[in-house]
Amino acid sequence: MGRNTIELDIKVPNQTRYLSLIGRIGDALARELEEEGGGREVLADQLNVVLTEAMSNAILHAHDDDPDKTVHISLSISDHELCIRVFDQGRGFDLDAVGEPDDEGAREHGRGLFIIRCVMDVVTYRRSKGFNVLEMRKKLR
Amino acid sequence: MEIAVTENSGVTILTPMNERLDAHNSDTLKGAMKESFEAGAKNVLVDLSNVRFIDSSGLGALVSGFKNSVSHRGRLTLSGLQEQVRSMFELTRLHRVFEIYEGLDEALASFAEGDVHG
Repeated sequence: MGRNTIELDIKVPNQTRYLSLIGRIGDALARELEEEGGGREVLADQLNVVLTEAMSNAILHAHDDDPDKTVHISLSISDHELCIRVFDQGRGFDLDAVGEPDDEGAREHGRGLFIIRCVMDVVTYRRSKGFNVLEMRKKLR
Repeated sequence: MEIAVTENSGVTILTPMNERLDAHNSDTLKGAMKESFEAGAKNVLVDLSNVRFIDSSGLGALVSGFKNSVSHRGRLTLSGLQEQVRSMFELTRLHRVFEIYEGLDEALASFAEGDVHG
């Protein structure tokens, strides 16, 4: 682990009431990063929304809103890269089947993964050791 | 989530009081917009000035309200978008779908003039 690397491993009940806590942890973490000549407001908002979207996807879709399940999130942030992993035990989904939102049709759902993909550089979803892992990476400058 | 409901010159103003509009609380706003249109309101304004953070569920709730406005031949406008909220509308291109005003006064004036654009 590098000198300026922060790693967090978080497990919370599968309940949307914890979205705010997780989002705010991301927000606070981004603000801890040093950046020459300015703050990290944009990154703080981005980390907040990505964590919120990824976690609500796990809670509502992968875990069918079952309050007895647990969501596991791991965060690693260094001077150069941010990596978020969200683990679920659900049936999984096809990341490639998620398209862009249709602004003319104005659908109610289906913007969460689109937002994650816009903000992060690399997004993958795979099966690993009995879990599904949504992995999201972003280069930091 | 608490939503303040007020009336001003025939406009129903819904003001979410929380800083966050996300998958945990967006159904409350969705329900409040639906109830307003079903109760016969034609002009509904959602004042987002307290909301510092919105996610896709919050955006989805507003889209649902927009659909209610269309099906009831009414009008839904938004005002008071903070920075993160505005950037989410732009990212998802929903700023092209909604009638968005800078502040409450501009939004209310648009109802008084009977403006409809979009």
